[in-house]
Amino acid sequence: MTTDTLARDPASTVPLSQMDVSDPKLFQSDTIGSYFARLRREDPVHYCPESAYGPYWSVTKFNDIMQVEVNHQTFSSEAKLGGIALQDMQGGEASLELEMFIAMDPPKHDAQRKAVSPVVAPSNLALLEPIIRERAGFILDSLPIGEEIDWVDRVSIELTTMTLATLFDFPWEERRKLTRWSDVTTATPETGVVSSFEQRREELLECAQYFKDLWDKRANEPPKPDLISMMVHSPATRDMPYLEFLGNLLLLIVGGNDTTRNSISGGVLALNQNPAEYRKLMADPGLIPKMIPEIIRWQTPLTHMRRTALMDAEIGGRKIRKGDKVVMWYLSGNRDDEVIDRPNEFIIDRPNSRHHLSFGFGVHRCMGNRVAELQLRIIWEEILKRFSKVEVVGAPERTLSNFIRGFTYLPVKLHPH
Amino acid sequence: MPTIIFIEPDGAEYPIAVKSGTTARDAAVNNGVPGIDGDCGGECACATCHVHVDAAWMARTGMAEPGGMEANLLQFAEGSTENSRLACQITMTDDLDGLMLRIPDGQH
Repeated sequence: MTTDTLARDPASTVPLSQMDVSDPKLFQSDTIGSYFARLRREDPVHYCPESAYGPYWSVTKFNDIMQVEVNHQTFSSEAKLGGIALQDMQGGEASLELEMFIAMDPPKHDAQRKAVSPVVAPSNLALLEPIIRERAGFILDSLPIGEEIDWVDRVSIELTTMTLATLFDFPWEERRKLTRWSDVTTATPETGVVSSFEQRREELLECAQYFKDLWDKRANEPPKPDLISMMVHSPATRDMPYLEFLGNLLLLIVGGNDTTRNSISGGVLALNQNPAEYRKLMADPGLIPKMIPEIIRWQTPLTHMRRTALMDAEIGGRKIRKGDKVVMWYLSGNRDDEVIDRPNEFIIDRPNSRHHLSFGFGVHRCMGNRVAELQLRIIWEEILKRFSKVEVVGAPERTLSNFIRGFTYLPVKLHPH
Repeated sequence: MPTIIFIEPDGAEYPIAVKSGTTARDAAVNNGVPGIDGDCGGECACATCHVHVDAAWMARTGMAEPGGMEANLLQFAEGSTENSRLACQITMTDDLDGLMLRIPDGQH
C-alpha cells in the first residue's frame, strides 16, 4: 500500500471521537483490521457515544479483554441487561423467550452448564470421533475432482451440521433442519432469514415439538452417549423445565454451527494465501494439531462478546460506568503484538498457538472448544489423505455481520495426489 | 529446587525440578508434560491445567477456595473431584518438594 492510499484510508483519517467499529459492512469487506489496529495504538479502550446499537465501549487489547473476561462479578452476561452481543437480545411479545446459560450469570449459569457439558467432555468425544471421521470421509469422497465447487456449502456447513446430528443422534436425513433452526434462532426480520418475529416463533415451536418427540423416544430407550439421551437419563437434567431444555439445545446448535463452519472455510483460505505454510503442512501432516489453534486464532469466528457493567469499574485506565455496554473485540485482541508475536502472520507451527482469545476465558469460555478442535483436526487429516491441494479459485464472499466472522461462499477446486 | 512428579493417566511419571516460586502449570508447560495445555497463560481463566493432587499432599496444597475463580472453573472440568486443583494456582516451595499431581485422562 502506498502512502497516498494510506492517507485516504478512512480508518486512519476518521476522528477517534467518531470512530464506530460496529458497522457490519466493515466486517463483510474485511477492512475492519486497520480500524482495530488504530484503536490498539491510539485508544485501546474506546468509547463510541452513538451507534446503531447505542453507546458502547470497545476493548481492543488482549490483556484488557482478559481482565473483563475473568471479572463476571462486575461484567454481566445477563440477557435482561442486553446479553452477550452488541445487538441487545430481543424481548417483546412476538419473540420466544429462551433461557440459555451463555446469557446468565453464576450461579444459575453454573448449574445449567454443568448439566449439558458432559456431552462435549473429552471422554465422550473419544466415543464419537470414529463416527465423525467416517462421516467426514464420506463428505470428501462425494466431492467432484477438478470442478469448481462452493466449499462453504459442500464441506463446512455439511461437516458441522453432521457433527451436531451426531452429538444429538438426530435423524440423519433431516439434519439440515438443525442448520435452519440455528439460522432462525439468531434471525431478526432485517436479516431476511425470517419475514417476521411471528414466523421465527412458529419455526422455533416446530423445533420444540420435534425435540420433545426425540426426548420422549430416548426416555424409553437404554442410555446412549448422545446429548438428548444423557439429559433424559441424568438426575440433574431430566426434570429441567422444557423451555430451558430447548434454550440450551438451541445454544449448542448455534454455538456449534456458525463457528467451526467458518474456521473450516477460513483455514482453506489462509493456507491458499500463505503458500509456504501450505507446503510446510503437506511436507509434515504431523503439524495439524499445532495448526488448528492457529486457524481458530486467525479466523476468530466470533468477533466479540459483550458484557454490561453492574458497577463502576476501570479498564486500561478508563472509567466505565454502571450500566455501560462493554464489547470485548476478540478479533482485535488476537492481533495484539504485545501478546502475540507477529500477529498478522499465519504461522502453522507457531509456538504457544493455543494462547488466543477465540474461545473466550473465564466461566463463559467456549464449552465446545474440544469439539471444534476435533472437527478441524479430523477434516484436515482426511483432506491431506485425499488431496494434494484445495485450491481457492475465486474471491470469497463474507458474512454481513459484526458478530459472526464468516463466509457465505468460497469457490475451490480439488486436486488429487 | 523442589521437584513435582506429574503422573499421566497411563502411569508414566514426569519428575520436574523447578525454582521455588514457579507454578506447577509453568513447570508442566515449559517442560512439555503431556496433558497440560494452560491455554490462558496461567491466569486462572481456562481450566486446561486441571490436576488431581495426590491425597497425601492435599493438606499442604490445600483445596481450591470455595466460591473463588479456581473453584468456579473446576466445576466444569471433566472428572473434577475434591482433590482437583488448577496447576497454575499451585506455586512451588521447598515445602512441596516431591508433590505428586495426577493428570486427568483426556484433558488433551
